[in-house]
Amino acid sequence: MMASPAARWTGRLWLALGFLFLYLPIVALVVFSFTDSPVPNVWSGFSLRWYHALAADLDIRQGLYYSLQIAAATATGAVVMGTLAAYALERFPVFRGRMLFAGMVRAPLVMPEVIVGLSLLLMLVSVQRQFGVPERGLLTIWIGHLLVGMAYATVVIGARLRDLNPQLEEAAQDLGARPAQVFFLVTLPTISQSLLAAWLLTFTISLDDVVIAAFLSGPGSTTLPLVIFSRARLGLDPTVNALAAVLIAIVAVFVLVSSYLIAVRERRVYREQRAARQGG
Amino acid sequence: MADIADSERAARPAPRRLGGGWGRRLVVGVPTLWLALFFLLPFFIVLRISVLEMDGAQFTALFGRDADGQWQFNAHLQSYALLLQDSLYLSTYGSSLLYAAVTTLVCLLIGYPFAYFMARAAASLQPLLLMGVMLPFWTSFLLRVYAWKGLLDTQTGWVGTVLVDLGVDRVLYALGFIPAPGQLMYSPFSLVLGMVYTYLPFMVLPLYGTLSKMDLRLLEAAQDLGATAWQAFWRITVPLSRSGIVAGAMLVFIPCVGEYVIPELLGGPETLMIGRVLWDEFFANNDWPVASAVAVVMVLLILVPLVLLNKSQSGEGARA
Repeated sequence: MMASPAARWTGRLWLALGFLFLYLPIVALVVFSFTDSPVPNVWSGFSLRWYHALAADLDIRQGLYYSLQIAAATATGAVVMGTLAAYALERFPVFRGRMLFAGMVRAPLVMPEVIVGLSLLLMLVSVQRQFGVPERGLLTIWIGHLLVGMAYATVVIGARLRDLNPQLEEAAQDLGARPAQVFFLVTLPTISQSLLAAWLLTFTISLDDVVIAAFLSGPGSTTLPLVIFSRARLGLDPTVNALAAVLIAIVAVFVLVSSYLIAVRERRVYREQRAARQGG
Repeated sequence: MADIADSERAARPAPRRLGGGWGRRLVVGVPTLWLALFFLLPFFIVLRISVLEMDGAQFTALFGRDADGQWQFNAHLQSYALLLQDSLYLSTYGSSLLYAAVTTLVCLLIGYPFAYFMARAAASLQPLLLMGVMLPFWTSFLLRVYAWKGLLDTQTGWVGTVLVDLGVDRVLYALGFIPAPGQLMYSPFSLVLGMVYTYLPFMVLPLYGTLSKMDLRLLEAAQDLGATAWQAFWRITVPLSRSGIVAGAMLVFIPCVGEYVIPELLGGPETLMIGRVLWDEFFANNDWPVASAVAVVMVLLILVPLVLLNKSQSGEGARA
C-alpha cells in the first residue's frame, strides 16, 4: 500500500519518539554513572568515583553473589520444568485435567507478584511450623522464582515446539526410535535455541525480582534487587547508577554477540536449505 | 520427498502419539505436582487464613470442638467485613483499578500507532525494530523505574526541566494529576508514567503480532471499493487487530492492578494502590488474615480480565 509522505513522516516520528521514551532512562542511568557530583542527576565533570564506590560496596557484592546463584538455579530449573510443561501442552492434546494444567502453568505470568509472594510465604510458614524446615533463604526465594520462571519458559519453549516440523519426530519414530530417544535425539536438539532463550529470560527475571524475594528472603539472603530497592526508596544513589551501567554493558555485549551468532546460523540454515532444494 | 511423506501420513489412520506410558506420566506429572504444591496449595492456604481470626500471635482453629465435644467450623468473615467497612480498602481497590485502566488506555494510545508503524515499516527493518522494543526487557526493570526518579526531578532532571519549561506542569496541575505546579514526582502523573513506561512493550508486542500478520490485500480491496485510508483503517485494520488489542490491554491491566514496586518508588502518599496496602498489612501491621483477604479480593478482581486474556490467546492459537 502506498503511504503519503505525511503519513510516512508521522510514522517515523512516532517510532522515534517511542524509542526515545523507552531508552531515555537507560541512557540517563549510564550518563550519570560517570558524573563527579554526589547527586546522580547533576553533571559536574567526568569521573569514575562511583565505579570505585561500587567495587568497594560490600552489600552490593554480597547481594550480587546471592542473586547470581538464585538466577542460575532458577533458569536451569525453569528450562527443565518449562520443557516438560510445554511438551505436555503441545504434544498431548488430551489428558485428564489439561484445562487446569494449562491455566496453572500460565497463571503466574499475570498473577500479581505480591500475591505469589504472600501465598508462598504463608505456606512456607505453615510447613515450617509443622516440620521446622525450610528456613527462609536462598532456597525459598528459588522456589518462588521457579514458579514464575517456569511460566515464562513454558511460553517460549511452547512457541518453538508448535513451529517444529512434526515430520522430524515422526520420521525418527518410523525409523524405530523409542519415544525417549525421539525426545532426546531429535526434539531437544532442534529446540535448543529456544531452551537457551528461555534460560536467559528466566535468568534476567530472577535477577530483577524484588517483590517475591522480599517475601521469601531471610536474614542472610538479601539479594541484589533488595539492596537496590531499599536504596532507591531512600533517594538517588550514584553507586546504583554505576551498577546499572555495568549491568547494561553486560547485557549489551551479550545481545550483540548472540544476535551475531543467530544471524550467522540463520544464513547457514538458509544456504543449506537452498542447496538441498537445488540438490533434490 | 515431501509428497511421499504426506501421502504416508494420510494413509496412516492416526499419527502415533509420542511418549506413552511412564514417559508421558512423568512429563505431565512433574509439572503438575510442582504447580499443585507451590501454586494451588498456597492459594488455598491464603483462602483459609483469610477466614481465620488472630488470637494473640496464634490463629483460631478453622475446625474445632466446642464445649460439648461437637465439631464445628469456625469461619470468621470479619477480615472481609473490614474491607467493606473501612473506606480505605474500597477506595484503594477503586483507585488501583482506575490507575490500571488509565495506564492501559495511555499504553493503547501510544502503542497502537507504534505497533502499526512498526508493522508497516520496511520488512528488512522490522526485526531490528522488534528487537528494539524487546531489548529493555533484558535490562533491569527496577533500575529503569529508578531512573525516572531522577528524570522527573523538576530542578535537574532531563524530562522534568523540559516539562516545566514548556508549562506542561501547569496543565497537569489544572487536571489534578500533580499536587502542585513544579512537582512532578510522587503524584498520580509519575505513577502512571512509570507504569506506562514499564508495560508499553506488553501492549506493543501482541499488537505488532496481529498487525504484521494482517493481509494487506484487504486494504487494497477496500480502497478499490472507494474507502478512504481513514475508513479502511477504522473498518478493517482495527477490527482485525481486536485480538491483539484485547491481549495487550489485559497484559497491561492485570499486572498494573497489583503493582507494588512502581507505586512505592514513583507514587506518593495520595496514590493508593492495593499491592502497597497488602504489603503494609503484612509487613507493617502483621495482620495476616486481612492481608490474605485483600489478596483473595484482588484475585477475584483480576479474574474477569484473566478469562478475557485466556480467551483471546486460545482464539489466537486456534487460528494459527
